[in-house]
Amino acid sequence: MVASKGPGCGPTPDLLFGSGLLLSRYFISDWAALIKKKKAFARRWNSDGPVVSELESSDMGNKQTIFTAQQLDAYQDCTYFTRKEILRLFYRYRDLAPQLVPLDYTNQPDVKLPYELIGSMPELKDNPFRQRIAEVFSEDGEGNMTLDDFLDMFSVLSEMAPRDLKAYYAFKIYDFNNDDFICKSDLEKTLNKLTRNELTEDEVKMVCEKVIDEADLDNDGRLSLEDFQNMINRAPDFLSTFHIRI
Amino acid sequence: MPPKRRNHDIIEVENVGMDVDAEPDSDSEEEARRRSRNRRSKSQRKAKQVSEDEDEDEEEEEDEPPRRRGRRKTTKTDEDETPQRRGRGKRTKPQDSDEDEEGDKRRAARKGSKASKKKAAKETSDEESEEEKVGRKKAGRAVSKKEKEEQNKEQKGNVKGKDGENKDKKKKKKMSSSSSSSSSSDSDEESLSEGEIAALKEQVEEKKKLIATLRNKPWRMNKRLSLLKEAQDFVEKFEGALGKGKGRRLYAFKVMMTKKLIKFNRDFENFKTACIPWERKIKEVESHFGSSVASYFLFLRWMYGLNLVLFGFMFGLVVLPEVLMGLPYGSIPRKTVPRDEEDTAMDFSVLFDFGGYCKYSILFYGYYNNDRTIGVLQYRLPLSYLLTSVGVFGYSLLVVIRTMARNANEGGDGGDEGEFIFSWKMFTSWDYLIGNPETADNKYASITTSFKESIVDEQENQKDENIHLRRFLRVFANFLILCSLGGSGYLIYFVVKRSQEFAKMDPKTLTWFENNEVEFVMSLLGLVCPPLFETIAELEDYHPRIALKWQLGRIFALFLGNLYTFLFALFDEVTAKLETEKSIKNATEWALHQYYANYSSFYNTTDVPPPKVAPADVIRGPCWETGVGREFVKLIVSDVQVTYLTILVGDFARAFIVRFLNYCWCWDLEAGFPSYGEFDISGNVLGLVFNQGMIWMGAFYAPGLVGMNVLRLLTSMYYQSWAVMACNVPHERVFKASRSNNFYMGLLLLVLFLSLLPVVYSMMTLAPSFDCGPFSGQEKMYDVVIETIDQDLPAFIGNIFIYASNPGLIMPAILLMILAIYYLNTVSKAYQQANTDLKKKMQMAREDEKNRRNNKDSTNQVMKDLEDLMPDKSLAPPPAEEEKPPEVVIDKSVKPTKTKPGTAEKGVNVQKEVSLAAPNPRRPVTRAPGPRGGPPGNTRSPQPQPGKGRGQGAAPRR
Repeated sequence: MVASKGPGCGPTPDLLFGSGLLLSRYFISDWAALIKKKKAFARRWNSDGPVVSELESSDMGNKQTIFTAQQLDAYQDCTYFTRKEILRLFYRYRDLAPQLVPLDYTNQPDVKLPYELIGSMPELKDNPFRQRIAEVFSEDGEGNMTLDDFLDMFSVLSEMAPRDLKAYYAFKIYDFNNDDFICKSDLEKTLNKLTRNELTEDEVKMVCEKVIDEADLDNDGRLSLEDFQNMINRAPDFLSTFHIRI
Repeated sequence: MPPKRRNHDIIEVENVGMDVDAEPDSDSEEEARRRSRNRRSKSQRKAKQVSEDEDEDEEEEEDEPPRRRGRRKTTKTDEDETPQRRGRGKRTKPQDSDEDEEGDKRRAARKGSKASKKKAAKETSDEESEEEKVGRKKAGRAVSKKEKEEQNKEQKGNVKGKDGENKDKKKKKKMSSSSSSSSSSDSDEESLSEGEIAALKEQVEEKKKLIATLRNKPWRMNKRLSLLKEAQDFVEKFEGALGKGKGRRLYAFKVMMTKKLIKFNRDFENFKTACIPWERKIKEVESHFGSSVASYFLFLRWMYGLNLVLFGFMFGLVVLPEVLMGLPYGSIPRKTVPRDEEDTAMDFSVLFDFGGYCKYSILFYGYYNNDRTIGVLQYRLPLSYLLTSVGVFGYSLLVVIRTMARNANEGGDGGDEGEFIFSWKMFTSWDYLIGNPETADNKYASITTSFKESIVDEQENQKDENIHLRRFLRVFANFLILCSLGGSGYLIYFVVKRSQEFAKMDPKTLTWFENNEVEFVMSLLGLVCPPLFETIAELEDYHPRIALKWQLGRIFALFLGNLYTFLFALFDEVTAKLETEKSIKNATEWALHQYYANYSSFYNTTDVPPPKVAPADVIRGPCWETGVGREFVKLIVSDVQVTYLTILVGDFARAFIVRFLNYCWCWDLEAGFPSYGEFDISGNVLGLVFNQGMIWMGAFYAPGLVGMNVLRLLTSMYYQSWAVMACNVPHERVFKASRSNNFYMGLLLLVLFLSLLPVVYSMMTLAPSFDCGPFSGQEKMYDVVIETIDQDLPAFIGNIFIYASNPGLIMPAILLMILAIYYLNTVSKAYQQANTDLKKKMQMAREDEKNRRNNKDSTNQVMKDLEDLMPDKSLAPPPAEEEKPPEVVIDKSVKPTKTKPGTAEKGVNVQKEVSLAAPNPRRPVTRAPGPRGGPPGNTRSPQPQPGKGRGQGAAPRR
């Protein structure tokens, strides 16, 4: 046990000097690996359909490891999911575009699924805010998601996520213009999405005013994150509605 | 300690030097301000450290940076360099205490040269040799260089981590130069002085905390992953270093165990989630029908779990021992079908009625023998029978109450409902679980209607006439329902009376209808009344969720009537049976006596063998317990039949007809009259609740009942979820199930109590049958316990029980309990009162604040900005002027130009007062509030301190 703690000991000077060099070498090798991987993926992408499927079916047959154990552990530490759920999510992710997503994630391939695919998931496709959800959780802000983003999204929307975290992301989702405030236009958009434009303009206006009147604590005519949290923390249904089971 | 002394001296000198240096520097005001701020923040940080870390080391460490800064003029580089220096300072200190000379030298060197890379290298080598002694070296050597590199990086972070603010540290880490700090870090970990270890320990703790809470952070996955890795590596590396000699090994062991424990916990958690059945099925239902329908299935699943446990008790402690170790079938009268029933005992009609072989089987009370102990294990079956039956109740009670308490804790305090009607509707009404276009359509519609309703409510809040009408309607509806409840009650009473008359007549002369009148009327009422109530409830115009509760309550009342009628009928039967039993008992005893007398007089001997009669031919009593058990079992079975048939006919056939006859029908069947059925939540929930009540009551008389119920629940889970998906349509107004699960639980609790009563009554007062069941031969059933206490337990325990059962002791105990209840009740009421008071206060404060802000809107806004930007009030005026223009961004600020530097001071004070008067309840803020923060600062002004003090917990944007 003590031996395993060994890395804590200090390095010798030559080690120290060498480390910089080594680091660079390490990085370089890593780069090379990365480039290789990318090429491999490019090949896969560009190859014809049947070849790909064949390749992958053979992968499946061989029970190839998708994640390393460390990766799985790390994901379990970073999300609210268990190992099984992470794998299930991965398969869900992969099922969206089997030809794009490799079965081997041990090298962190750089794969992104476009919003069109993400938004077509049964869990999201009837959600009026699906585009916002995808945008908020995607790294590029356009709704194109990597597996990490995907896991992130469902982790936040899972049952286990705490109220604060959910509130934060809910705020982002409802903040349509990304200005860190929910202003009237955001509210109008939200309302129209919720009711499919069934309310008259006057009604919309009135509801928006009421919302701001209720929740805006600092009276600046828009809801800040604080206002939003204050409001949402007392909502009895927020936790039960703001979650997606996967 | 000499070294300490010296350090202090140096510090003092250096501090002075800094001051002296600083003053002439301040030629431009701005610079001075900036510096002062820097110093301030530093000192704050320092203060934190002092509290946290070991003073001796830290003192020097803290003071070093300012000293350096004094020397150097540019503040920017200052910012970057201090951490390194700090790290180095820290590194050297522990050695100071060890070897003063070297430390001094080094310090001198540090003062003189800037980076001193070589020095660092030398130090490390020195320390290396030192470290060999410590003995941790080998592993360290073995580690690859790459890992070293990583450690270095982390170390950087940790040096800064001292700053107390996790996030700042992380950001800054990237900027800091690598070489010197890395060397410092390396030496850092080698020296193992006390302070160092304490600091390390703290850092490790911090990292661990970070790991534990990482998933709660609103960061991108990438960032999280890298942070996680960093933290894990760090922890990995340093955990072992904490602790010395023996302690270290122990510590390492502890660490290992915690790791294993965590792993185990995680695996266990995984296992537990894997064990929960029907998750997907329920999810499917939920996404199609909303959470209200799903709540029924969740309840069903919960019930299944409960019954499984009860079945485990019953089966493991009562049924299985009797099967394995008891006498076999046919050995004694109670385990044999009597002669006159033998012919029909295998007929299906009889078996289906739970007569014949079923009646004399392990399913029922009568089968169990009254031997005190059975088998080689000397298992006390009668005792275990009684205790298990009581334990079933106890366990159920415990579980129900625990679940209720847990449910009550969940889901926010829905206290002030009226405060955020529209906001909540806006932001929480969409159920993200919905994954079905039809449900989504319904949800859209229901949201729209609810918004419209709220709008109308809002607009017509003042008009009372509507409310009068509604009130009248509600009262009227309740009156109608009371009438129908009373009517049905009378009907049941009437029918029961009649059936008692019928019972006296010869059963052969009665028609089938007359025989089954009670059951028939009851199921008719059960069929007719709920829809009737629903129709009447339309008048009340409640929210469907509230309507559901009312509906549940009303049907509950109806069912309760049925249940108790059934019980009373049963009780009559039991007393009648007791009578016959008594006569039979007398007759058998008389016969036995005769036999003995004849035998002894005939053979002239006192050694009389027992009469040789085949067990089937023995005259026996009616065994009322088995009778009762049979009634319950029959009831359950017929209930299952009715439920399943109703689903088959009412839902499936209807859906079938509507779907396929629609092609050749005059009107649109799907949209028009019959349409598809909706899932009847209230009926199903109540069915389940009452079914459970039956199980609780019947389990004592028929231990096999629990097993049957498990089967029933299992099948109905599959059957109903299929039926609901196949034949039902979502509710017209999809509504959320908001904690109505607790309402279900409340009903269940009530039923549990109601079913507890008759069972305990029969246990305590009725005499058990003399020739069947585990308690035969006893005066009362609970005599088994007394007997055990008397014979099998040591005497003093018996004494204890005797004392405990003394009224003199029981009365005070009850009194005490009542007092405790009273006290707790009062306390909880007081808390509640305090709660509401606080809520009111908060509300008032909020309104107050709002009003005040509305009144002096403009000035306050400005002042607020000012206050935020100006931590140092004495320097306020100049930036005040600069801050005003951006104010235009905020539409409500009316006249920003009005404020003058002179008023600024006052304004700040006013703001203070406001915040004093109305303490903001929503303090836990993750980032600086908007209007005062970013926009104005970014647009203009020197921006005193780029978002350091304020942006503390700043979550990463986008």
